[in-house]
This record gives sequence, structure tokens and C-alpha cells, in this order.
Amino acid sequence: MTRDLVVQFLAQGAQMTLVLLIAPLAVGVVRRVKARLMRRQGPPLLQAYLDLAKLLRKESVIAEGASWLFRSAPYLIFALTWVAAALVPSFASGLMFNWAADVVALVALLGAARALLALAGMDVGTSFGGIGSSREMMIATLAEPAMMLIVLTLAIAAGTTRLAGVADFFIAEPFAVRVSMALSLIALVIVALAENARIPVDNPATHLELTMVHEAMVLEYSGRHLAVIEAAAALKLVLYFSLIVCLFVPFGIAGPDAGIPAFGLGVLAYLAKLLGLAVLLPIGETSVAKMRVFRYPLFVGSAFAAAALAVFLLFVSKGF
Amino acid sequence: MSRLQFDVAHLLAGGMLVLSFALLYQDRIIAVINVFALQAIALSLSVAWQALVQNAPHLLVTAAIALVVKGFVVPFFLQRIVRALQIHRGIEQVIGAGPTMLTGLGLVALSILLVQPVGEVSIYVREDLAFALAVILLGLLLMITRRNAVTQVIGFMSLENGLVLAATGAKGMPLVVEISVAFSILIAFIVFGVFVFRMRERFDTVDVSALDRFRGERRDVA
Amino acid sequence: MPELFVSGVALGALAVAAFLAALTRGPALALVYPVSALAAITLGVVDLRVLLAGADVAARLPIGLPGIGLHLRLDSLSAFFGIVINGGVLAASVYGMGFDRAKELTPRVEPLFPLFAAAMNLVLIADDAYAFLFSWELMSLASWALVVARHTDPESRRAAHLYLIMAAIGTAALLFAFGGLAGPAGGYAFDTVRAHPPQPTVAALVLVAALVGCGSKGGLIPLHAWLPLAHPAAPSHVSALMSGVMTKVAIYGFVRIAFDLLGPPIWWWALPPIILGAMTAVLGLLYAVLDRDLKRVLAYSTIENVGVIFVALGLALAFSANGQPEGAAVAMAAALLHVLNHSWFKSLLFLGAGAVLHATGRRDLDGLGGLIHRMPRTAAFFLVGALAISALPPLNGFVSEWLLFQAVIAAPALPQAALHFASPAIGAMLALAAALAAACFVRVYGTAFLGRPRSAEAAGAHDVPLAQQLAMGGLALLCILGGLMGSVLAMALAPVLDKLVGAALPGPGSGPTPFSLIAFDPARSIYDAPVIALFVAIASLTTLVVVHRLSERRTRRGPAWDCGFPDPSPATQYTASSFAQPLRRVYGAAAFAAQETVVMPPPGDMRPARFSVVVVDHLWRVFYAAPGRAVIGLSERLNVLQFLTIRRYLVLMFVTLVILLSIAAVTT
Repeated sequence: MTRDLVVQFLAQGAQMTLVLLIAPLAVGVVRRVKARLMRRQGPPLLQAYLDLAKLLRKESVIAEGASWLFRSAPYLIFALTWVAAALVPSFASGLMFNWAADVVALVALLGAARALLALAGMDVGTSFGGIGSSREMMIATLAEPAMMLIVLTLAIAAGTTRLAGVADFFIAEPFAVRVSMALSLIALVIVALAENARIPVDNPATHLELTMVHEAMVLEYSGRHLAVIEAAAALKLVLYFSLIVCLFVPFGIAGPDAGIPAFGLGVLAYLAKLLGLAVLLPIGETSVAKMRVFRYPLFVGSAFAAAALAVFLLFVSKGF
Repeated sequence: MSRLQFDVAHLLAGGMLVLSFALLYQDRIIAVINVFALQAIALSLSVAWQALVQNAPHLLVTAAIALVVKGFVVPFFLQRIVRALQIHRGIEQVIGAGPTMLTGLGLVALSILLVQPVGEVSIYVREDLAFALAVILLGLLLMITRRNAVTQVIGFMSLENGLVLAATGAKGMPLVVEISVAFSILIAFIVFGVFVFRMRERFDTVDVSALDRFRGERRDVA
Repeated sequence: MPELFVSGVALGALAVAAFLAALTRGPALALVYPVSALAAITLGVVDLRVLLAGADVAARLPIGLPGIGLHLRLDSLSAFFGIVINGGVLAASVYGMGFDRAKELTPRVEPLFPLFAAAMNLVLIADDAYAFLFSWELMSLASWALVVARHTDPESRRAAHLYLIMAAIGTAALLFAFGGLAGPAGGYAFDTVRAHPPQPTVAALVLVAALVGCGSKGGLIPLHAWLPLAHPAAPSHVSALMSGVMTKVAIYGFVRIAFDLLGPPIWWWALPPIILGAMTAVLGLLYAVLDRDLKRVLAYSTIENVGVIFVALGLALAFSANGQPEGAAVAMAAALLHVLNHSWFKSLLFLGAGAVLHATGRRDLDGLGGLIHRMPRTAAFFLVGALAISALPPLNGFVSEWLLFQAVIAAPALPQAALHFASPAIGAMLALAAALAAACFVRVYGTAFLGRPRSAEAAGAHDVPLAQQLAMGGLALLCILGGLMGSVLAMALAPVLDKLVGAALPGPGSGPTPFSLIAFDPARSIYDAPVIALFVAIASLTTLVVVHRLSERRTRRGPAWDCGFPDPSPATQYTASSFAQPLRRVYGAAAFAAQETVVMPPPGDMRPARFSVVVVDHLWRVFYAAPGRAVIGLSERLNVLQFLTIRRYLVLMFVTLVILLSIAAVTT
């Protein structure tokens, strides 16, 4: 019994550290594949780790008008994103604190991180921060209803809003082609692109102010603060990958009351799936161009339409 | 029918519904024609699957007609004519894309509500009919929210796709093939009728060789 | 019995304070605030006792209508709302104790404050229609007088005029509602009404009338237009009471009528509150996001929260009508907790706005900025309020939002098609409202408190007196504790939930920790705020320590980077309308026909460019301006009746007499 408890506790801790350590590697894979697709060599896979180390070594320059909010926001944002990422089941669904991970609470934790980032963007009193914050909050108002409908679809299908519960449900169900799930997946992918500031919503590598959303909010950060924020952005990407994997491709996740060999298999399956998504993302990104800011409603609106269709189709299948 | 057979049928029918929404979303004529071609291909796959599952080989003819006529021939000719006549490439919409999509979602909800009583007979048939009715209503919506004749014709053809989907979903409906052929010919006549009149208007002739003068970089003012 | 006696003493003290204050002038007026604070504490303690004990206390006084008297009852519902109200009154009184006795007290405001507080408490304990309506009117009139306190300002006069009209309409609707409940026998005491619930058609009419009456006081669209005019016009601590507390009295009225007096609900009763509530939530925030006055933004945000509460109440009605008490308990708990949470954070925000107004003399967002450096404590408390109202964990706003989302997610279990299809629509609208609320308050906080000061007044601001900081700090602490101890509050609500819907939330005992909030059952959904907050705290501290260990700890201050072109003028930073521009582009055209016009002179011309935005308020045009014009037109037409000759008046009387006699002849 105590051994079980210790194993569970260590497994939960392992999930938290795994997610943290794997995030810069995921970003590295994305950048490398993107470069290769554009017929460039691309940075080494471990470049993101080296970038973080470099930023930590640098001095942090803070604007004269910045307040305590500016200095403390990066740590809070990172903590909120890390806790959210650590609660998504990655290699096992029966971990110690899996009951605390309710999808609604998860989305709200990410919303809190976003609000703090937007406030930090407004803190220095430059126009760039304002651009980033206002656009970010606008994108959030478009993405949240779609996310809510995705949650509704999953909750109707699985009967629970706990992520571990949803994962267990989809593992237990025989592999059946479901239109609703396909539509929810499309919607979630679009929402993930919007939330993670990837093309076609935002260009993470841009230096042009008029095309920035996320970059504009963090323009004034440097040194260790910027390192923490970059790490938080990488964690958010891994969180969305894990969410897609846990909800739609949950095979290989160790069930509740699993032993260490099942955990090991789960870790391998998780890393493989993450690698797959990290390769698919740049393929998608290089096929389309970034769209104008005021075409976002149409794009994210199509996620809303897909999610709404998914709910309606579930009504048809399940009856009422 | 087994669960897997129904799931594949619903996947294909659901694909057609999603493509109907995609039709509402486009704002260029060439894109509308291409999406319609995709929808026709999805229809032919769906009908072919029904032929396999219901053991009704005559439905394969319907599938072939849908694929060839509506998937390749009609879109190909439409694209040629659109490019040759230099019809305005953008589509004017009566109401914006956002309200159109919301209305489309409302129509899908309406179709689901309408077919609910069928659930007492068979829940699988209910799903089929809900999809088909939704595709029909969305085709009608496309027709009424666009100012362009080409998109209105495409809306009509999309509506017909929905009708064929409904007809082939129900087992043992007679004369499906004949009705499909008749519909396709009707459509072909409408499409060509529209363009004959436009050509007449624009060039004062229906001689198709008149189009050749407007090909390529040269522009003969005659 | 002794509880009601103590309450009576407290109310009497408030009345006496009001009376004495009306007779004095100058610094002696300050006596009302300590008296109000003590009375609020007393009433709150009494309410808490009754809530925890779960037993009603009733009394009948021989004053009032002859032969009927005044019925008073303090039951668990009244006790809960009493705690909400008296908490708000306490915070406002403590804030008031910080006023400068020489300069800021006026006989137009101070005597009415305890009267307002007493009237609100009286509404809660009224147990018959007469007492209810009397106290309701007293409450409206006291708040009207407070709104019109600055009578030299034409805006205040206009706001008060509209408020009076809307309050009259609301009371008329409530009169109608109570008339329908009393029935032809005329039994106005609530006990009589409970014993004889009305017929379904009458019940439907009563529900609509109650929705109009209570909705107009709460700010439900389309009866909302007075709120953003009247709430900002009153002094700030009174605005806090009006927004945070008086709207809750309106909600109490609706809950009392719909869940207690009308008897067993029918499923379609749920539709009007749900539809109107959802529309109110989204539209209220769209107004808020475009507005540039700090207090008006807060008033519009109140409208949104009232809409959310009505959606929750509608869902509770729907679940109740379909015999699903667990769902009804979740929805009702969401509504009641939101009532409590909103009173805390809205009062906090209005008190903060009052502090800003006191320190800078300005209310317009485009004249503020950089206040976080000059008013650090107020800024910190306002931040807690802003994050709480945006429903962000682990603060209290998220607890009620989470419960509401759980109720919406359970709504597809309802069999009626309208409710079934409404659930995704409602879910999407609530999610949109939550995201818009976050956007709105990031905008408000970012423009008013962060950045650089945009005016001399903002640059010269100073923090407010200790009493006011104490009031704000207490409310901020309640927001934080309410967020962490959400499950404890939900357990305290159990007697109220049992009474209204017949079930309560599952206790935290069946959950993994003693503080988990469980919606239906632990396998389905749990929200454990303390665990999540602990994780976040540990994670942030660990990160802080590790990063400081590994990194170069030096920090240098320098000018802002600003892409290499720092501009010394604070006018180049984003203003409130700039922040709203993306939202205006996306939602403004649909909701308000918003149109931007830019007039750019050609190159070489030295004239300034002009940028203008036109926003049309359709609701005002359709529901207020048009009926107003119609009424005026009709009355001008009817004015002819003033100028008839004597013969014509005789003809009128004759015709009326003949018609009445014919009706009498036909109906016998």
C-alpha cells in the first residue's frame, strides 16, 4: 500500500518534470523541421535549451516605468502553465492528482496566465504592449466559445469533464469512426494554433510589429525574465500537444492501477506521439501564410462552427 | 448492418455536411467550384459504399455518374467558362460570412429536430436523414445568400447531392439511378442555359469559337 | 424570535441615525458610518445564525394595512441574502469612515445612507406583499435621492429621471405579480400564497411580471439602460451598494417569487431567464468594452453578472421542472455563490474607482495611468478584484463560473428540445462573456493603473486614507478566501438549496480532500482550489529560487526598449479606445453598427487627420427612444381632452354611462 503510494507520487512528479524537460526539445524539433522544409539547415535540436541557458546568464534590463507586476508576472505565468501542463495525463491516467485536472479548470488556468501576460504587456506604457495585449484578448474571445463547445462534446460523449476520465473512456471504447470526434479534433487544432501564436494566427519568429501578437507583449522582457516566459510558451505548446494526444489518440496511456512497466510503455508512446505532432505542426505552418488580423474571426469562427456541428451530431447519435 | 458499416457511411455523409459548410465559407468562385467537386466525390464514395453494404449494384452506376459528371465534367467546364468569360472572381454576399455560418448551424439544428420522430423506427436511418436534410437546406441557403449566378447553380447542384444522399441511404428506393441521370441532365441544361444567355449578352453570339478570340494574353477588340 | 428582535433593534438604530443625520450638518454627519457598520455586523451575525441553524423565525406586527398587519420572516434564503447585503453595507460604511469630515460630508448623502441600508434589509425579511413593496419602494426612493445628490450636474439629473421612471415601471410590474399571486381572494401574506399556488396561465403571467419587475432593478436587457447612468452618478460607496448589493435584492425578489411562491415549476419557465440572461451577459460586456468612463464600465459589468445569475436561475428552474434535483442544486448553487462573489468583487471595484476619483478627480480612463506606482495598495486590491471578476482561478469568481459551466454541461440531459439545443448556445455565450470580461478588465486595469500617467492629475495622485484601504483590503481578502474555500461556502448554502430545489451539493467528504468542490459526484467533476493554488504557489516559488540560483541576478533599469524608438510622451501609449479597437472591429459592426471614419488630408497639407467612431445603441432606440416618442405623441393627441367645451364633456360622461350600463346588461 505505501509502496503503491510512493510509486504514484513519484509517477506524478515524473510527469511534471517530463513535461518541463521535453518542452524545449519539442520547440527544437518544430524549428528544425520547419527549416528543413524551407531548404535551410536549421538550428540544432537542443538549441532551445542553449537559448534558455544563454538568457539566464544575461542581465535583465527593465524599463524605468515598470512595476512589481512586470517583474513577478513571468514566474506566475510559468507556474500556471506548468501546473496546467502537468495535470494533463501524458503517460498515465491514474496519477495521484488526476482528479484535480478538470478541463474547465485547465482552460481557466491558461486564461489566467494569458490575462497576466496581457497585463504585463500593458505595464511599460508603450504602444507595442498595447497592440499585443488587445489582439491577444480579442483572439481569446474568439477561441473560448469554440473551446467550450469542444469540452461540451467530450463531456457528453464521456460523461465526465475530468481529463483522465475522458482518456479512460476513449481507451475503453472500441475504435469506432466518429464524425463528432473528427470535427472536435479539427476545432481543437484550430484553437491550439490560435492560442499558441502559431501561423496562420501569429508568427512566432516575426520582427515586424504589425504582425506581432505574443511577441509584442513580451517585447520589453530580457534576461532571466525572458527565459522564464519563453519556457512558459514552450510548455503551452507541449500542453496543447498533450491535450490533443490524450483526448483523441489515447492509445498507450497506462490506465489506473498500472505498474512501472506500463508507465514505461506509456512514456515511450507519449514521446512518439509528441514527436509526430511536432513534425506535423511545421508541415502545416509552411503550407499556409499568416492571415490578416481581421480575418481571425472567420478562421477561429470555423473552429466554432466545427465544434457546434460536433455537438449537434452527438445529439443525433445519442438521441434525446 | 454492423456498427463499422454505419460508421463509415456516417463519416462520408458527415464529410459532405462539412463540405457544405465549406461552400458557405468561400469567397472566390474557383474555390466554390473546387469544393463542390470534392463534395460530389464524397457523394460518389458514399453511394458506392451504400451499394456495397446494401448489395445493390445498380447504385454503383449512380456513384459513377456522380463522380464523372458532377465530380469532374461539370466543374471542369464551369472553370473554363468562368475563366474565359472573366466573370468577376469574387462573390458578393448578401449577408456576411459570420451570420451565414450561424444560420447554417441553425438549419442543422432544425434538421436534427425535424427527423427526431424517425428515431422510433431506426436511429441509424435518423442520422442518415438528418445529414441529408441538412445538406439540402444548406444548398438552399447557399442559393439565397449569393448574388452570383454560378454560385446559385452550384447551390442547386449541392441541394441535389443531398437528395441523392437521402435516396441512396434508404434501402430499396426504386428508380434511384434513373432519377439521378434525369437530375444530372436537368442540371447540365440549366448550367449551359445560364451560360448561353450570358454569352449572348456579352458577345451577341452563342458561337463557342468566339471564346477562342479571348484566350491567352491577346485581347482582340472585335 | 429573539433574532428578529435583535434585527429590529439594528434597523431601528439605522432609522434613528438617518433621522439624526437629517437634522445636523457638518462633521457630525460622520456618525452614520460607524452606526451603519455596527448595525450591519449585528444583522449579519443574526443572519448567519439563522442560516446555520436552518430554522425560520417569523413575526407579525400590528402596524401597516388594517386587519392584515406586517408579516416578517427570516428564513434561510433571507438569511443568505442578508449576509450578502450586510457585508456590502459594512464595507461601504468602513469606506465612508475614511471620508474627510471637513470637506466630503453632505446632508444630501449621509442621512440617506443608513435609510438605504435599512430598506434593503427590510425587503429581505418581508413576508407579505405589502411589506415587500413598501420596503422595495423605500429602497428605490432612497437610492434615487442618492443618485440625484449632485443635482447641479445635468448628467445626474438625467440619470435620476430615467431611474425614477424605470423604478416605477418595475414596481408596477411587481404589483401586478403580487396581485396575480394573491388571486381573487386577495391573500397577500406569503404563507397564504404558498398554500394556494396559482393556475398555470396566471403563474406564467406572474413569472413574466416578476422578470420585468426584478429584472429592471437588476439590469436585465432590455430594461438595463438606467443602470449605467444611475450607478456612476451616485457617490462611489453608494455605487458600490447599488451595483453590488441592490441588484442582489432584485435577484432575491425573483428567487422568492419563482422558486418559493409560484409552486412547482413548468419547464418553459426556464426559457425567458436563460435567453434574456445570456443576451444580457454578452451585450453588457460589449457595451463595457467600448465605454471610456471607469464607473460606467463597472456598471455595465454588473449588468453582465446579473445576466449570468439569471442564466443560472433559469437552468435551476429547468432542472427542477424536469425532476433532476442534483442538476438544480448545482445551478442554484452557482447562482447563489455568484450573488455572494459578485457583491464582494463589484463592491471592491467600485470602492477602488472611488479611490481613484478621490485621488485624481478624474473618472475617464484616458486621463489615468501609472497609478500602480502612486496608489500601490489601491492598485493591488483593484487587481484582485479585476482578476476575480474575470473568473480566473484560484479566486472566487471562478468557483461560481465553474459550477455554472458544470450545470450547462449537464443540460443536454434535459428532454425538451428547446432546452436541449439551448445548452450549447448558452455554453458558447457564457464562454464568450467570460473571455470578454477578462478582456474588459485587462483593458481597465491596464489603462488606469499600468503604463504611464496620461494627465497631470494622474501623475499627482496619492493613496487614500486608511479606512478606505481597510474596506478594500477586507473585500480583497474575502475574494481570495472565497476562492480557496469555495466548497465550505457551498456547504453553508445547503439549507437554502434544500429549501429551494430539494437537494444540495455533495459534501466534500466524498472527495479526495476536505476542500474539494464536487458538482455531481467525484467521478464526474471536482474542482479543488486549495490543491491547485498550492501547486501554483510551489511551482512559482521553486521557479523563482531555481532561476535566481542559476542566473545572473543583476537587474538594470533603463528606458523602455520600444523597438529602439522610445517616445517620451505618454500620449503614444495605448488608450482605452485603442485597446477596444480589435474587439470593436470584430463585434462592433454586428452589435452596434460601429463605423470608423478616417479623414486624411493629402500629403503637404498641414491640417490634422481626423478619426471618428460612430456607435449606435440599437436597444436604446428601439426600447426607450421609440416608446418614449410614442407616449409623448399619444399624450399630445389626448391633450385635446383638456380643451373640450362643456357640452362635449357632458357627451363623454353620457357615453361612458351608457357603455357601462350596456356591459352590466349583457353580463347579467
